[in-house]
Amino acid sequence: MQYILGIITVICIEVVAVAGLSVFTGFTGLFSLGHAAFIAIGAYTSAILTYFYHLPFFIALIAGMIMSALVSLIIGIPTLRAKLRGDYFAIATLGFGEAVRVILENLSITQGARGLPGIPHYTTLPVAAIISVIIIYLTKNFIWSKYGRNAIAVREDPVAAEMGGIDLLKVRLLSLGYSAACAGLAGGLFAHYINFIQPAMFTSVLSTQLTAAVVAGGIGSLTGPIFAISIFIAVPEILRVANMWRLVAYGLILILIMIYRPSGIMGYKEFSFEFLRKIRKPESFESGV
Amino acid sequence: MLLQTLITGLSIGGVYALMAVGYSLVFSILNFSNFAHGTIIMLGAYIGYFLVSHIKLGFYFSFLGAILGAALLALINVKLAYDPLIKRKAPPLYLMITAMGVSIFLENMVYVTVGSHFYSYPEIFKKSSINILGSEIGVLDFFALIFSFVAIYLLHLYLTKTKIGTAIRAASYDMTAASLYGVNMSKLIGIVFLLAGCFAGLAGVFMGMKYMVYPTMGWITNKAYIAAVIGGLGSLPGAVIGGVILGVLETFVSVYISSVIRDVFSFTLVIVFLIIMPAGLLGKYLEEKV
Repeated sequence: MQYILGIITVICIEVVAVAGLSVFTGFTGLFSLGHAAFIAIGAYTSAILTYFYHLPFFIALIAGMIMSALVSLIIGIPTLRAKLRGDYFAIATLGFGEAVRVILENLSITQGARGLPGIPHYTTLPVAAIISVIIIYLTKNFIWSKYGRNAIAVREDPVAAEMGGIDLLKVRLLSLGYSAACAGLAGGLFAHYINFIQPAMFTSVLSTQLTAAVVAGGIGSLTGPIFAISIFIAVPEILRVANMWRLVAYGLILILIMIYRPSGIMGYKEFSFEFLRKIRKPESFESGV
Repeated sequence: MLLQTLITGLSIGGVYALMAVGYSLVFSILNFSNFAHGTIIMLGAYIGYFLVSHIKLGFYFSFLGAILGAALLALINVKLAYDPLIKRKAPPLYLMITAMGVSIFLENMVYVTVGSHFYSYPEIFKKSSINILGSEIGVLDFFALIFSFVAIYLLHLYLTKTKIGTAIRAASYDMTAASLYGVNMSKLIGIVFLLAGCFAGLAGVFMGMKYMVYPTMGWITNKAYIAAVIGGLGSLPGAVIGGVILGVLETFVSVYISSVIRDVFSFTLVIVFLIIMPAGLLGKYLEEKV
């Protein structure tokens, strides 16, 4: 039972990060391969604040969020101003993510590759669940706000959106900042749940997992990615019996989703019982990205 | 010291170029980042290692085996995982995610079946070194340098002198037009992946000889992506130039400044490059489509 509750806690934590990323990748149409860096920054910031400076948990969490959002500007302002396209932007973020990890490995305050052991345990299931519900609610409001609508316009057609008077850079930076803050929060929760962090936990595999969840869940959907990340975490855990095989299964699930349901589990839709009727409809890319 | 650093840098650059060429070749045709390329490189290194140390095929045959094995794996990869998506004209993003899935799948498959041990190639070239103008230069470095550039030159000849090569170059400009002129796209994509696989196998054996063979060694391919971006995505001469520049700069940074900041330097370099020259040195930059 303890074990199942643990899995649910991890899912809640990852949902926070995925909700943020769904705004960035799903609704603004930018593809990041470096979000593990923001999780790492949030995790280290809040862990260091509670571990070395004994700050209260929630203040440390918020500090982690702010730190992640601020660092996101360092990569965001130059690359988004240069209007990097698809793969170029993805590789820039990949480089950024790896650079952050190597820096964390060589700082003295992070204790390098050995990591930080003995971080106080503050993240319990209720805490993680409440925070994830709050973040889902905020993200939903963000998407339905004027800024979210602007983001969708930018995703669908950046040139037309710019013609319509939308400031591309501002919209993209805002959604990057929001997703980085969510990732930072998830990192803080993670650090205080696992009680030990080291740079090797935040490799590009983690970034891939998050981005893959957004794409597999459905670009343009919030519930889809949340559903997808739950599957990505839960299915391998169920397969724990075959311990080593779970990541093999994860890779395979990803390939199969892309081949058989390329617009994601949810497509552009949100969760409602309506989709059950449509799930058998053939896919088409005409309405896709 | 300077000459020695330069040759080491060039040999690392040559291997980066080998990796980047395979990656760029696929990018030029299909316009997506084949993140499974690194895994094929890793598998090539494993095949080479097992042939040379367990089956004891002799070095050159093992080399050939690694190249053919990696090429075959790349072909299986495209037929099973990418073809269904290519047939439906899926956006490159979906191919990229599938490639990640393939990479995670294969990497962990190696963990499960072979294990996470580190293997090292038998010391064939490692110890010996030759003396050029008073600098000690490792035979392995020298060999990697020569072999990489010979392989890349052969690819260049293949692409410019043969009919299939011409078709590949045509398809990299405009796939639809090329297929209208009677190029069999499915076959062409297969050939491109075979070629990319050959280069992956070659790069894998060199990486394995220079460092070690282990499941996550495909990570080094991040450097190949960086090299490709520096040279311009999808451009083969760009991939070679990018690889050489990156290898030489990295070696100089690690010798004269600090080996710790080498990776940070490379990753920062790519970001700086993308900001100053988004198209890379030789690439043609496609603006966001209207």
